[in-house]
Amino acid sequence: MSKLELPSYLEQSKGVKDRFDRMKKRPVTLQVKNLHKEFDSPQGKVIALKDINFETYKREFVCVIGPSGCGKSTLIRILAGLETPSSGEVLLDGTAVSDPGPDRGMVFQGYTLFPWLTVKKNVMFGLEMSGHGKTSSEEQALQWIDLVGLSKFANAYPHQLSGGMKQRVAIARALANQPRILLMDEPFGALDAQTRSKMQGYLHEIWKNIDVTILFITHDLDEAVYLADRVLVLKAHPGEVQEVIEVPVPQPRSPDQLLSPEFLATKRRLEELIHPPEEDIGIDEEKMNMVRMVDVKHEVESVF
Amino acid sequence: MISQLFAVRKKLDTKQRIYVSILSFLVPLILWSLISYVPFLWHPKVEITEPGDVSYFTPGMLVDRELFDKEVATASSESKKVPEGERTNPIYLPAPHEVATALYTAFTTEPKRRNEKWLHESLWDSIQVIFWGFVISSILGVPLGILAGTYDVFSRLFEPFIEFFRYLPAPAFGALAVAILGIHEAPKIAIIFIGTFFQQVLVVSNTTRKLDPSLLEAAMTLGAKRITLLFRVVIPGIITHLFKDLRILLGWAWTYLIVAELIGTSSGITWFITQQARYKNFENVYAAIIIIGIIGLTTDIILAALGRRIFPWEKGRAET
Repeated sequence: MSKLELPSYLEQSKGVKDRFDRMKKRPVTLQVKNLHKEFDSPQGKVIALKDINFETYKREFVCVIGPSGCGKSTLIRILAGLETPSSGEVLLDGTAVSDPGPDRGMVFQGYTLFPWLTVKKNVMFGLEMSGHGKTSSEEQALQWIDLVGLSKFANAYPHQLSGGMKQRVAIARALANQPRILLMDEPFGALDAQTRSKMQGYLHEIWKNIDVTILFITHDLDEAVYLADRVLVLKAHPGEVQEVIEVPVPQPRSPDQLLSPEFLATKRRLEELIHPPEEDIGIDEEKMNMVRMVDVKHEVESVF
Repeated sequence: MISQLFAVRKKLDTKQRIYVSILSFLVPLILWSLISYVPFLWHPKVEITEPGDVSYFTPGMLVDRELFDKEVATASSESKKVPEGERTNPIYLPAPHEVATALYTAFTTEPKRRNEKWLHESLWDSIQVIFWGFVISSILGVPLGILAGTYDVFSRLFEPFIEFFRYLPAPAFGALAVAILGIHEAPKIAIIFIGTFFQQVLVVSNTTRKLDPSLLEAAMTLGAKRITLLFRVVIPGIITHLFKDLRILLGWAWTYLIVAELIGTSSGITWFITQQARYKNFENVYAAIIIIGIIGLTTDIILAALGRRIFPWEKGRAET
């Protein structure tokens, strides 16, 4: 890939640039200020997140990407209110939030549907929690289920659904509360490649049609570039914002763009940031000690 | 065929499973029959049919084989009339057909004294003792267990003491229970309670703790708070496991029954068993023991079926 001549990922076409300008004029939905998180571990204090600052605009799609151990899961859990930061604050529409609440919907990698409730009742859960009556919850739930295309399965139990379908229910369940922001923690990580790309398409459709800002965590570079308006790149030890990349691939996206120069350029940049060329420090734990174990007279002497 | 039968953690097909399950009852039954009906396998006694000239033998008497052989040898050497007899098992091991008959006759035989109870009345007494002991234990134990499994403060408050108390053998409280509660049903129920309750709290709290925490997190991000979290997520989330726990604990409660019924005035199935043993009606003793087993197994099968009915989301999930 490095041999390929590509434009700079910073180059934006007129349309893309105008869109970003318009986007940045929108109100800020989520603002993260000087977020800091330390853990106590047997080896002493570990800094999981250090000085995280960023904001998302209304109806923006932001992906967070980073190597393992960069604290991206910790970050999204703090945003959801499931963990408390050591210092710093999270502002939603200008108000500080700390506890979990229905204004920040969350979709987990592990589906987390309630196995004892049908699809419909799962989606109704949040609505009932926020004080909607049974009839109104049911009506709204059915609309959301229809939106993710699972009307036929409204009365099915989660164990009867495939992984992709479960995750669609989880998305419908989170959206039914009409959250200001939808937090997604590697939601498609457990799905096979084909279902995954289908789900990415569905998610974009949903995002286009609903007033919601999305913060999406992934470790898949293609997924990040394909889905996001902007990609927040974290680095590990400690988790810090390395770069915020404005994806120069025009919206709306389609799978044809996966090989466009802008797409590849952005992906190459992410690759450089996340897997930097390794410095030779003498020890390489990943290097294998290969010796030829095939008999010289073996009938298949070489695999090439 | 063989390799298919012994495949590691693979389910047998339905037919094979049924056959092997039947075998599980058949094997002990066959062993019992062999010992009962094949004389040379065991039969350590001889039942005298004809005492001959041995003065202390009477017809129907059971004597050890060695003694019998010795008397036969003495008698023949002194050219007296030789005693005759058949090899038989000790009286405490009746043959399957005798127990099978007893299973029926035990219910139809009138009690020997007028104030004594029929077998079905004794059984009904036992079932009531178990029922109340278990119900009272569950009414207190299940909520405490759920609280301890959900909130650390309750866990610390209850569990250390309960951990201590559960090592105290329930029968040890028998005398105390009689002193406090009298000699009738109450102390027996108390023993079942003591035997069940402390284990129950710990088992339930452990089950509660196994609930996937991400379900709680998901519920919180959907707006569920404190008490709703307990009633809308924790309890429905563990209910199926809780139900299984209770089925197992009910089995434990039965094991305390025999001890419990010996306390104060002996009653229920235990009274029947001790009484029949006293009369040396051992086939009735076995029949009563088997009836306990049948009642236990039937209750469990009914509860399992009930569980499948009231928890429809469990269907097909157990396989995965």
